[in-house]
Amino acid sequence: MSDDIGEGFRGPRRGQLPFAVGLLAASVLLAALLWDQTVWKDGKDWFSQARFWPAVGVFGMAGFSALHLWHLPRKRFARPDWIEGRNWLIVFEFVGWFLAYVWLVPLLGYLPVTLVFALLLTRRMGYRSPRMMGTALVFGLAVVLLFKAFLQVKIPGAALYEFLPGALRNFFILYL
Amino acid sequence: MQMVTEFLAQIQASSGILMRWDVGLALIVGSVGGVLIGAIPGVGPAVAIAILLPATFSMDPIVGLTMLLGIYGSSMYGGSIPAILINTPGTAVNALTTYDGFPMTTRGEARRALSLAYSSSFFGGIFSVACLILLAPVLAKIAPMFGSREIFLAALLGIILVVTAHRRHTLIAAAMASFGIWLSTIGLHPATYSKRYTFDLSWLSSGVNLIVVVLGLFALSQAFLLLMGDDEKIRLTRLKGSFFQGFRELLRHPRVAGVAASFGVVMGMIPGVGEFTAQFMSYTYAQKSSKRPEDFGHGSSEGLIAAETANNAVPGAAMIPLLALGIPGEALTAMMLSVFYVHNVTPGPQLFQNDMDFVVALYLALLILNVLVVAFLLVATNQLIRVVKIPNRFLGVAILTLSFVGVYSLRNSFTDCILAAGFGVLGYILKRLHLPVVPIVLGMVLGNIMEVKLRSAMARVKTPLDFVDRPIAAILFALILLVLALHFRRVLLDRKERKAREWSTSHASTSFASALSHRRDFLLTERGKRLRAKRSRFSRPSTDER
Repeated sequence: MSDDIGEGFRGPRRGQLPFAVGLLAASVLLAALLWDQTVWKDGKDWFSQARFWPAVGVFGMAGFSALHLWHLPRKRFARPDWIEGRNWLIVFEFVGWFLAYVWLVPLLGYLPVTLVFALLLTRRMGYRSPRMMGTALVFGLAVVLLFKAFLQVKIPGAALYEFLPGALRNFFILYL
Repeated sequence: MQMVTEFLAQIQASSGILMRWDVGLALIVGSVGGVLIGAIPGVGPAVAIAILLPATFSMDPIVGLTMLLGIYGSSMYGGSIPAILINTPGTAVNALTTYDGFPMTTRGEARRALSLAYSSSFFGGIFSVACLILLAPVLAKIAPMFGSREIFLAALLGIILVVTAHRRHTLIAAAMASFGIWLSTIGLHPATYSKRYTFDLSWLSSGVNLIVVVLGLFALSQAFLLLMGDDEKIRLTRLKGSFFQGFRELLRHPRVAGVAASFGVVMGMIPGVGEFTAQFMSYTYAQKSSKRPEDFGHGSSEGLIAAETANNAVPGAAMIPLLALGIPGEALTAMMLSVFYVHNVTPGPQLFQNDMDFVVALYLALLILNVLVVAFLLVATNQLIRVVKIPNRFLGVAILTLSFVGVYSLRNSFTDCILAAGFGVLGYILKRLHLPVVPIVLGMVLGNIMEVKLRSAMARVKTPLDFVDRPIAAILFALILLVLALHFRRVLLDRKERKAREWSTSHASTSFASALSHRRDFLLTERGKRLRAKRSRFSRPSTDER
């Protein structure tokens, strides 16, 4: 099977059909919910109605995704589509890594969690050399120092820092 | 004479803003950081700007914007390095640079190619800023003529251009832009105070944050893509000598450089068109007007000049619709718009009327930025090329770690992170399928502008024709019709061409005799099938054990 989708379309052929079908299904579902999720107030002009612009969005999505599906050169599911679908599911492992990182920062602290996250994910990616591990560690430290200590971005102090003694506790909450 | 005096006074007033230490630091960090980010294939300015966006909210608008502008304006300089040395564009817009840059490297002229790329980029950047500074007084006069209906029509034109610019992906680009428009409507409707698509969830009442969407679609999706991919082995060429020779060589091609920079400025000003069209037009022009067109694609210096000059002339010009009308033309300027909103500065005609110092300061920042970047590259290219060797999957780890800062520092919300991860997966799927991502962001931004402006514009409109009775509104409406007409004409021509190609390559004969012959073959086959079925029905089934 060729990787090119055809004359009128640039890109790979695999996975196009499941994506187009999924998009159309989601669009139709959202369009069906329009009457339930928006209101139309009598006596107001059409352009001031709360329903007008969501309708433009959902009907545009449904219409154009239907046309896109109709224009696809292949309209039957094939083995490469399932292989591509599996690739879409595998990525949820990294979504899990990211959300675990987000969940742990307010509990254990930005600095320790970032260092451990960078190290573990680097290892998970197959790097084992002390050089790469060292780079991951330095990178994690640099990110925390740049954003939290220097740029003072809003990342709350961790629950764990509450157990630290007085001055150290304030320092950790403010800068790390 | 009075205009020149006013103009010089304006520049003097604006340069005062740039004299601050924090603005200077932001310029240096932005320009050097932008070059580094551009030089790493797989990162790009969109990822960097998305990650840094929330960090700039605590800064002064001029400081934050200067830093983001620095990244935007300098990333293409850096992007030319891997394009020339390893045939991999650092940013998407450096793709055309590989055509002539890499062949020059293979024949041992890497230094010449890099030097030409730097000098062309520098010329493009300076040319566009010079045009903008000269155009500023004109823009200041035209911008107030844009009322609600003109801005609505300009936003509509922008969204149509963005969709039609995705040739061969127009339908899915339109679906994605509609998705963006729908996303912008989620939450409380400001005119009627009714909920829209909130599903009675409290966290959806305030709507979907643009930055969460941008971080998901650009940063997280890129991290996922890199983490799921493989590392590549990269061999770099050693570079010796100075990089000044390109400036001398550029002087020998003033026509190509001038035309390419002009294309960059004009295309940059039109929303949704941008670098790719400017590059394509400049490259085609350079090839057609060259004495040696056969060299293009095989290491032609003119081709390299055309590509690099055009793409670097765009960032400055892209700031025009953003600053004068508040309408972003592509994803990066859409992100910058949020910096204005956070600081309650509304870009548009009022900005040009009331805060011209600020506008000219931004242009001057772009000018200084180009000088800084070239100075940095002339000194540090040999050290800089090492960043090209950073393994892809480690880059994925780095982007995922940095994305956390971007999303979480916004509102310290776990829900925002889940939403960003969702958009990350969507962006990952779209990128794997080579489908457009940018229309979602522009649909969100322009959809919101269109909703607000249509409501205020319609208050004074009695009949549909009143909507276009002002000169600029009429011109914009005519442009919308023209763009749509040209698009449908192109679709029809493409279709016709495809059909003609199918007919010419078809092996099946279309003559009457061969149609009869096919019919006979078909009937004989069918008869054979019937006979075999009949025989198998009458033949006794075997009783042998199997």
